[in-house]
Amino acid sequence: MTVASEGAAPGEFGSAALLELEGIGKSFPGVRALDGVSLCLARGEVLGLVGENGAGKSTLGRILAGIQSADAGVVRLEGEVVSFDSVRAALDRGVVLIHQELNLAENLDAAANVLLGRELRRGWLPGGIDFEAERREAARWMAAVGLDVDPRTIVEELPIGQRQLIEVAKALSVDARVLIMDEPTSSLSEPEVERLFEVVRSIAARGVSVIYISHRLREIEELCDRVLVLRDGRSVGELGAGEISRAALIPLMVGREITSLRGGAAVEPGEAVLEVRGLRGAVHAEPGVDLLVRAGEIVGLAGLVGAGRSELLATVFGVEPALGGSVLVGGVPMGLGDPRAAMDAGVALVPEDRKQQGLVMEMSVRENTTLATIARDASAGFMDTEREVVRTADAIERLAIKTPSAEQEVRLLSGGNQQKVVIGRWLATEPRVLLMDEPTRGVDVGAKQEIYRLIEGLAADGMGVLFASSEMEEVLGLADRVLVMHEGRLVGEVTGEEMTEETVMQLATGSVEASS
Amino acid sequence: MKKIFGILGLLLVVCLLTTLASDSFLTSYNIENVVRRTALFGILSIGAAFVIITSGIDLSIGSIVCLTGCLLPWLLVGQGMSPWVAMPLLVVLSVGIGFAHGWFITKLKLQPFVVTLCGLLLYRGATRGIVADQSQGFRGEYEGLKWLAQGSVPLPGTEFGIPMPCVILVVVAGIAAVFLHRTVWGRYLKALGRNEEAARYSGIDTDKMVILAYVVCALLSGLGGMLFVLDVGSAQPVDFGSFYELYAIAAAVLGGCSLRGGEVSVLGVILGAALMQVLRNAIVLVDAIPNNIEFAVIGLVILAGVSADELVRRAVAARR
Repeated sequence: MTVASEGAAPGEFGSAALLELEGIGKSFPGVRALDGVSLCLARGEVLGLVGENGAGKSTLGRILAGIQSADAGVVRLEGEVVSFDSVRAALDRGVVLIHQELNLAENLDAAANVLLGRELRRGWLPGGIDFEAERREAARWMAAVGLDVDPRTIVEELPIGQRQLIEVAKALSVDARVLIMDEPTSSLSEPEVERLFEVVRSIAARGVSVIYISHRLREIEELCDRVLVLRDGRSVGELGAGEISRAALIPLMVGREITSLRGGAAVEPGEAVLEVRGLRGAVHAEPGVDLLVRAGEIVGLAGLVGAGRSELLATVFGVEPALGGSVLVGGVPMGLGDPRAAMDAGVALVPEDRKQQGLVMEMSVRENTTLATIARDASAGFMDTEREVVRTADAIERLAIKTPSAEQEVRLLSGGNQQKVVIGRWLATEPRVLLMDEPTRGVDVGAKQEIYRLIEGLAADGMGVLFASSEMEEVLGLADRVLVMHEGRLVGEVTGEEMTEETVMQLATGSVEASS
Repeated sequence: MKKIFGILGLLLVVCLLTTLASDSFLTSYNIENVVRRTALFGILSIGAAFVIITSGIDLSIGSIVCLTGCLLPWLLVGQGMSPWVAMPLLVVLSVGIGFAHGWFITKLKLQPFVVTLCGLLLYRGATRGIVADQSQGFRGEYEGLKWLAQGSVPLPGTEFGIPMPCVILVVVAGIAAVFLHRTVWGRYLKALGRNEEAARYSGIDTDKMVILAYVVCALLSGLGGMLFVLDVGSAQPVDFGSFYELYAIAAAVLGGCSLRGGEVSVLGVILGAALMQVLRNAIVLVDAIPNNIEFAVIGLVILAGVSADELVRRAVAARR
């Protein structure tokens, strides 16, 4: 592959900004996703957009591409105020977003994908496609991204890196002037990343501007002309050419005040209740994950999106298959790949996605609360309905679940109360180890505090708690110690004074390899 | 519960209209006949309901009816096998078929539609091959066995009796209702029908439960096939049991099983089966309706029923 990359200096195409954003704001219920973000983008410039999970990077990309609309602020394209109310409108002006998950019709060939929705027609046949012309046209754009494959190749048969390039070719073919790439390298291999970078540089050299969203700081360092740092929906800093380094970026990304979420002091940890040795799931690289949770401990699991935290918890609990390694509960080895073995050993998992994995939304509070214990209360398969009612009443009282009755369908409860139902189900199994994945996602502030108090109380009673969270305040404020994951590996442990956002971010972004 | 009143109302309306349009509907002979057919189809429909709860489908019901319906007389008359051997053998065969369906669906992750469609073709073809397309009958023997389908239990103090298929249906329905509403497995079936992932995350062996549902469906289809052939006296392998799966699925859907899974009412399913049989009977009895449009009438009634149900559901949801 050869890509012409003479390397145009930014600003070579004239100093006037191609794209300007001023005071962009966007709120979702309960969250201020963006708050007065401004940026300008010159022709042929590659602008990096970085920030922690939930900093507002992706929302900004979606607003530019017409998927979401901003609540406040102005977008100017070549000095003219624009407001894209649809993806179509953005495409017509040459603003294209490439999603993290590729949007390709993988059953069709490369040519059909490059020209999807803009097929070249054969004049005389209604609905007819001029396949020959499509092949020529697609081949031209594919060559522009250095993709040397037959346009008739079915996309499914291409490696993921080449599929990514097809997305770029598709974007170029609509005459893109601003290309927004959201975490484009998350599933690419090292050589594929290098190749993508060459392509990005070459299209920038032709005057296309690129907004490159990533949490991989090494890539930002290597590729971008300028970097804008977002934190909690605000722009908190900008670094120009020559200033971009991981050491300079991390302090900008972090810097939030972390307050303890604990009501009482940590208890003295007891015996090891959970021991994970060399555990490997589908996303966990050799040599696998080793960790230890003691009775009475609250251990946080931090990492960026895609680091493999959820997968680790799901593998320990057995809902995802383990490829190797072992799990010991109270010193006794536990069967892997089988949630019932985990339950019997005293492990419980409050999963990440409440609607998909946690609850049967159309069933009642009672039926959901007792789903994991109904079998152990039954005799000869017959449900003990009295015991079921008692269990439900217990859970409602213990967790202060606000519901008109135990018979209410859970889908009608608030997010916080739904989460309490899931927690109540698992506490009823009397676990020794409680695994929680995003324990307070989509939960209101009041219920959050209640869940924190509850976790603390459980630990004080001798349970071992291991929880994953994308919220830095939660991980640092609630845990006794924090384990950090990066790209499927446990890269470090942070305790005591070291428990700062900066230390965790350095580990989570792979900027330092901790000795562990 | 409301759904049961809906289907009950519809059933009563159809009965009333048929009574007005035909003198022979309310004769004791006709009523007994309709009740008997309802009971036989009710058994199949309960089987279909088990599969539908898991948000699956079984298209092979009619072909399993054909298989056991033709093999029973073939084994008894043709092969001289004792009923005490032949009937358990066919029960085991049905269970094996259901297990195979469940295995392909859960372990190979094939779609229920595809697996049971293949079953539909396979069992009919196999039956026709085994009995060489010959009509299978009992040659006037096995009167005792026929009593299972044709006999009736006299009601003390009256000249009427309860047809045997009804007795069998009541037993099957009773067991099914207890299983679905009183046991852990019933709860599991309903939970996984609505959200299989949440069920799995709650430590439920969802594969085992799905296999069980297909086993129950095939078992009841096999039992039904034997009862059908004992009732009619003979079976033509080419068309015996044809379309029965559609009557069974329609009855289950009309009776309140959502094809989205998770819902079931055994009584509703039986009422659904009754509605199907009364409709078929009405089409035969009422002169104004030509017999050959039977499928069209049944199709329209089912469409109207499920549409009304969906509209009511939306109206209720909108009010909340």
